[in-house]
Amino acid sequence: MAHSHDLTRRTLLRGVAGTTALAGIGMPAIVRAQADVIRIGHLTPITGFLGPLGEFAQMGVKLAAEEINTGGGVLGRRIELVIEDSVNPQTASAKAERLIERDKVAMIIGEISSASALAIGQVAARTKTVFINTGANSDALRGANCNPFMFHIEAANSMMVTAVGNYLKAEKLIQGKKWYSLTADYAFGHDLFKVAKKFVTENGGQFIGEDLVPTDATDFSPYLLKIRQARPDVVASNLAGNQITNFIKQYAEYGLQFPITGFGFDTAVAWGAGKGNFSGIWPLIWHHMVDTPSSRKYVEVFTKKYGKPPENQSWGDYNSLKIVAQSFAETKSIDPQKLAEHLRKGAKFDVLKSREGYFRPYDNQMVQEMYAVRAKDASKMKDQWDIYDPLGSVPGPSEDLEILAPEKDGTCKIPA
Amino acid sequence: MALIFLLEQVLNGLLVGAYYLLIALGLSLIFSLGGIVNLAHGGFYAIGAYLAVSLAPLIGFGGAFVASPILVGALGVIVERLFFRRFYRSDPTLSLLLTFGLAMVIEQSLRIVFGAAPLPFSIPPALRGQVFVGDFIYPRYRLIIFGVALAAVAATWFLVYRTAFGRVVRAGVQNPDMVGALGISLQPYMTAVSALGIGLAGLAGVLLAPISGVHPAMGAEILTAAFVVVVIGGLGSFWGVIAAAVLVGVVRGLTIFFYPPAGEASMYLLMALVLLLRPRGLFGERIQKFE
Repeated sequence: MAHSHDLTRRTLLRGVAGTTALAGIGMPAIVRAQADVIRIGHLTPITGFLGPLGEFAQMGVKLAAEEINTGGGVLGRRIELVIEDSVNPQTASAKAERLIERDKVAMIIGEISSASALAIGQVAARTKTVFINTGANSDALRGANCNPFMFHIEAANSMMVTAVGNYLKAEKLIQGKKWYSLTADYAFGHDLFKVAKKFVTENGGQFIGEDLVPTDATDFSPYLLKIRQARPDVVASNLAGNQITNFIKQYAEYGLQFPITGFGFDTAVAWGAGKGNFSGIWPLIWHHMVDTPSSRKYVEVFTKKYGKPPENQSWGDYNSLKIVAQSFAETKSIDPQKLAEHLRKGAKFDVLKSREGYFRPYDNQMVQEMYAVRAKDASKMKDQWDIYDPLGSVPGPSEDLEILAPEKDGTCKIPA
Repeated sequence: MALIFLLEQVLNGLLVGAYYLLIALGLSLIFSLGGIVNLAHGGFYAIGAYLAVSLAPLIGFGGAFVASPILVGALGVIVERLFFRRFYRSDPTLSLLLTFGLAMVIEQSLRIVFGAAPLPFSIPPALRGQVFVGDFIYPRYRLIIFGVALAAVAATWFLVYRTAFGRVVRAGVQNPDMVGALGISLQPYMTAVSALGIGLAGLAGVLLAPISGVHPAMGAEILTAAFVVVVIGGLGSFWGVIAAAVLVGVVRGLTIFFYPPAGEASMYLLMALVLLLRPRGLFGERIQKFE
């Protein structure tokens, strides 16, 4: 008993000493620092089944901060990132609040999970802080759940579907064809399947199988047997994260030859599949073979820093910070209200594509070009990153960018 | 026509059973002998897979297939000597906490060393392709996994039921104090069983790396299924684990055939059902120290 009493007292003393030290030295340091830095919060899952993408997100945003600071910062101040793992919607919400209240960040960038993005978006609306979503695809975030402070550089599910759908039409894989789909059994998958099914059936395709796959499934063989039995013309994946890697690997293992496509996709999961496993036509918001001067430069700098090329997730977080820095400079302010207004007024940004992108005021979705890629034959791969050939970009050069954006169905009600 | 599809699912369930058996066998061994609920088993499985990815370019898939389980087994010796050994006689909650922590340390270490993104790894070209068995088509690689699982089961069975080593281990499972009173120290046997059990996790890692994503959380992904198999089979039962693995494989396949969203839930329902009817699992024995 006496022993434990002693321990408690010691712990207490240590605690007091620590607090004093912090109060005496730590606090003024932070206050002093705040005058010459702009803090930006970054929240994204780095554990769990979206973790691989989160790692790319962090690499992207760090590179952007480094480039901005080397170039003299913004408004004479350095960018300082406060980076956290968002884990799940509850944690994401709590951390967003802490970033805003305690760390006094100027705005927040990040997220991949649609559920967590919704949670952060709600905090953003309540505290009137700008949040740029870099990886969550659910259309509901741009519809019923939209708000004036949540912006989306990432494409909505419906944009992914339209982007790849145009190429599938050109390849004659929709009209009169039989489709079999595997869908991740949670909010994102359901949302994606809904828009995918609408697109396919409207264009004359037909679903002969639509299986839901639990997110904890690692063995796909019973599904693959069903697909082989059903003999579809096209197999479509509405899976997410690591699920796609497992599916691609086992699809190749079972030797199925039906063409694959997918409506949700990230390059990292296909890089992780291994030689000879990846096949099909897939949509991407950006890929490392996009041939514009700014894109080429980004790929070069990123590859030099991290030893591997960037993928679509790092693109989102890199560009978001660049957009924010540019907006701060243009408005000569870091006021969140001014930032939101500036973004919503149609300011244009170089997002490493042949045409500039802009946020449309209806739902704060970035209107921009998108891409589709076709898996490369294993024998033609130059290295482990060289897994697909670009098919081109949507919309075409003469078309309005906005034909790709989600339908304005009136569910988003942001006051103009 | 539908019947043959159903039969195809049942036969595929047997192959999937081999997949679950490889993961669960080592877990069951360690569980039975020391009473350690090894939540880090998935972590060792992941290490096995990462070793395969790292070693294959140097010594080929065949080399990695031999080397990885041995290296992971050696890791098992260290883990037993440093940690498990202190927990055989204590409250099971403590070993649960220990192995839970160990699992997190392993996952995070893999993330620090290899990154969070999945590493590319494929079936070696020579083992690819399909095999026709009567009217059915099977991937050659699944049949190889099936063969290796059979060999691992046979070897483990021989070791446990047909050797002097196995007799001491079985006696130790039933009554460690009596074994001690007979002048036999169980310590080296415990170490050997841990090495074997954890080595089997490494073997599963090598074999499954070509057909599942190699990423830091891959161990956590398969751990629950492995536990379900051990619990359905019954604690301490060698044949129980095998029967349970096959049962889980077949039931899961049939569930996915009829109602895919319940694919993973089917094994938990099966577990609940088995435990209701047989609280010690299918072939669970009455073990003094766990009663």
